[in-house]
Amino acid sequence: MPTVSGDDIALRIGRSPFTVGGRTGQAITVNGTLPAPLIRLREGQNVRLAVTNDLEEDTSIHWHGFLLPFQMDGVPGISFPGIRPRETFVYEFPIRQAGTYWYHSHSGLQEPLGHYGPIVIDPTDPDPVAYDREHVLVLSDWSFMNPHTIMRKLKAQSDYFNRQELTLSGLFRDADPEQQMPLKDRLMWDGMRMDPTDIADITGQTYTYLINGHGPQENWTGLFRPGERVRLRVINASAMSVFHVRIPGLPMTVVNADGENVRPVTVDEFQISVAETYDVIVQPTEDRAFTIVAESVDRSGMGRATLAPRPGMTAAVPPLRPRPTLGMEDMGMAGMGGMSGMDHSAMGGGTMAGMAGMDHGAMDMEMRNPANAPPDMAVGVGVDMIAPMPQDRTGHPGLGLTNVGHRVLTYRDLVALKPNPDTRPPSRAIQIHLTGNMERFMWGFDGRKFSEIVEPIRFARNERVRVTLVNDTMMQHPIHLHGHFFEVVNGHPGRQPLKHTVNVLPGSKVSFDLTADNPGDWAFHCHLLFHMEAGMFNVVTVRPLEEKPS
Amino acid sequence: MKILSIALIAGSLATPAFAQQSGHTMPMPMPETQQKPGTGPMPAADPHAGHDMGTVPAPKAQTDPHAGHDMGSDAGSSSAPPERPPPPAAFSGPQHAADAVFDASTMDEAREQLRASLGEIRSYQVLIDRLETRVNDSGESYLWDAQGWYGGDIDKLWIKTEGEGSFGEKVEDIEVHALWSRSITPWFDVQAGARYDFQPNPERGYAVLGLQGLVPYLFEIDAAAFVSNEGDVSARVEAEYELLITQRLILQPRAEINLAVQEVRELGIGSGVNDVELGLRLRYEFAREFAPYVGVSYERKFGETADFARDEGESVDQFSFVAGLRVWF
Repeated sequence: MPTVSGDDIALRIGRSPFTVGGRTGQAITVNGTLPAPLIRLREGQNVRLAVTNDLEEDTSIHWHGFLLPFQMDGVPGISFPGIRPRETFVYEFPIRQAGTYWYHSHSGLQEPLGHYGPIVIDPTDPDPVAYDREHVLVLSDWSFMNPHTIMRKLKAQSDYFNRQELTLSGLFRDADPEQQMPLKDRLMWDGMRMDPTDIADITGQTYTYLINGHGPQENWTGLFRPGERVRLRVINASAMSVFHVRIPGLPMTVVNADGENVRPVTVDEFQISVAETYDVIVQPTEDRAFTIVAESVDRSGMGRATLAPRPGMTAAVPPLRPRPTLGMEDMGMAGMGGMSGMDHSAMGGGTMAGMAGMDHGAMDMEMRNPANAPPDMAVGVGVDMIAPMPQDRTGHPGLGLTNVGHRVLTYRDLVALKPNPDTRPPSRAIQIHLTGNMERFMWGFDGRKFSEIVEPIRFARNERVRVTLVNDTMMQHPIHLHGHFFEVVNGHPGRQPLKHTVNVLPGSKVSFDLTADNPGDWAFHCHLLFHMEAGMFNVVTVRPLEEKPS
Repeated sequence: MKILSIALIAGSLATPAFAQQSGHTMPMPMPETQQKPGTGPMPAADPHAGHDMGTVPAPKAQTDPHAGHDMGSDAGSSSAPPERPPPPAAFSGPQHAADAVFDASTMDEAREQLRASLGEIRSYQVLIDRLETRVNDSGESYLWDAQGWYGGDIDKLWIKTEGEGSFGEKVEDIEVHALWSRSITPWFDVQAGARYDFQPNPERGYAVLGLQGLVPYLFEIDAAAFVSNEGDVSARVEAEYELLITQRLILQPRAEINLAVQEVRELGIGSGVNDVELGLRLRYEFAREFAPYVGVSYERKFGETADFARDEGESVDQFSFVAGLRVWF
């Protein structure tokens, strides 16, 4: 992987051809490569990054997960005006952290075209994680269809890319267990005008899933010597794809999440939502190859790479597993019928029994009852559901991962290695509802799109606030706050994991404690890029900008 | 090449510019204005709070994280922090942080671009739902039924056209609708505008008020009322359903009913239910946008409309085989 480092780094953004699976398209690249070069920094250094725009349109780079001055955050229209064609903008900031991060365009739909790359910051203090070798794994999704065309297709037909819908013939085929959903349950979904197979908006129908810019056929390979402790720095730089990562035959010890060290926890698989990072340690002792599998959540495809003692070696590639379908929990109805905690696929035909008796009027009322929304939420066209009983699902491994027969990471497994720096209890709480209309492909916060001119989310400087995200949709949303880390409230007080992006499962709620200690204006959005573009975005303000005289 | 070198770092931000900015900034709405009844600083105001107990899934025998947190917190902290608006300091200036660093008017432009790019998406679709030939007792005919829209999530310009005729003869019906469409519920649009029938003779113009959308159980409904330039009132309701046999083989039942309040003799329209058309089309989606189909269609005229047809020597019902193409872009 091309690497740049030092105090002065020059990056050029332009268009380059990109080939995968024997087909070539036009990508937006940094220094001509996809993914963009690895930027290697050292905690405590000061870095100057001169970014030159060779495109015919404005561009930008956002340093994802960085604690930096707001005007260096790289969001046009919030942090700075953007970088015009043929201009160079010099970002300069001190590096106050260590770990695995990434960078990407925050202009229009440039990121899905390849404008993303990894960052590794080496710590000043000795690294608590011991390893002999490391590999960076940048997971992403590539389409030969222009992202604006993709958006138009979704606006015209929101299930455009879903070729795993429930069918009549599916009832008579055993290959896909989810197709066995009985008729009365199907009718219940139809009655709600919802689709239980709507797991991902954009799928393997158009996406080739990449690992370090290589498709499954190209098979990126990382080397190891048997017995070595290998640190894999996994970054999900996808536009729209949540991945389930595993290496059959190799347990993975998660040591770092979103750049922050966590107590080692050994799993066989983990979900990585868009914009998250996980560092894992693997220790292959055998002299053989291992396949790294990054299956998309809807099982419409996978990214594949190989760990091997020598180049050219391969291991078996497991077939795609059956894709999950949505259930009661995903509707925010886990409380009904005492079904909470059970995997929906294990519940069988009785799942919807409680609802089958309701007429659709009652169902509509239950599934979109404004009484379940905060009074200032706009319950309009952009809200097709309001979760009646959203559950804390931080103990849930992810859609389709409840019954896979091995250990899967959940947010509750994450325990910060260092005690949380701010031990104050939150002085207040706020609730933000993640809202959408699946049919019209509208997305927003509290029922509003950013384009509708929304009130920013305001924090006082150094205020400590508990923010609860309530997912009123049947899709998961990785919610990212710029310029800060927040602590995910996951049952480990004092050692809550620090994250910059938190995945909120369908129909669930997640709380995080935030110390708003970085003054300025910051983007806050769903990192599914097409949800963000559709309006799931807001500005967080932290004031006052100047330190209070003490 | 123009080089902008910005070397400000966090520590050097406290410049007089900020103070000046904040001095000029209007105070933000006070917290009180945001306070809504029922969201006061009482823990119990959270309507979901009560549901937490006992319903949180515990697949790994872990306890409710909130409960755990509460117990682990310092003694004296309340069970959950109150929901309340930000403290006054959060409303201090400047309104936009970046204006303290960059030219405010340049930032204004960038802000407007950002606002418009995140949600204000203009899109379009042209859908030729039915473009078909029909074979029946009276020979071979053709039919088209197409619509196109342009606009945002809420407001759209919607054009619809349909028509039919027999091969080798003059076109019998040509309708064009130009409608303003506004989303009023998550699933329904209200549509208002004009319709003009270029055929049959005499030509007619209509005012249109309709509803188009998706009802529970996923039936597509298009219902409209028409008032002609002669003052005649009529209505049409269409319903379609898509039954996926496989991912690409789709059976589409379709029903259409036309009604009129009063007879319009020169157009062969009686009062009451004029006609009903039932169709069943089986299409294969080679692509989402390209699907040939075959099917059957049954039409029947009723009441006075049927009488008028008999008077003209036309049949009152007709069974047709159809073959056509569904295309969109």
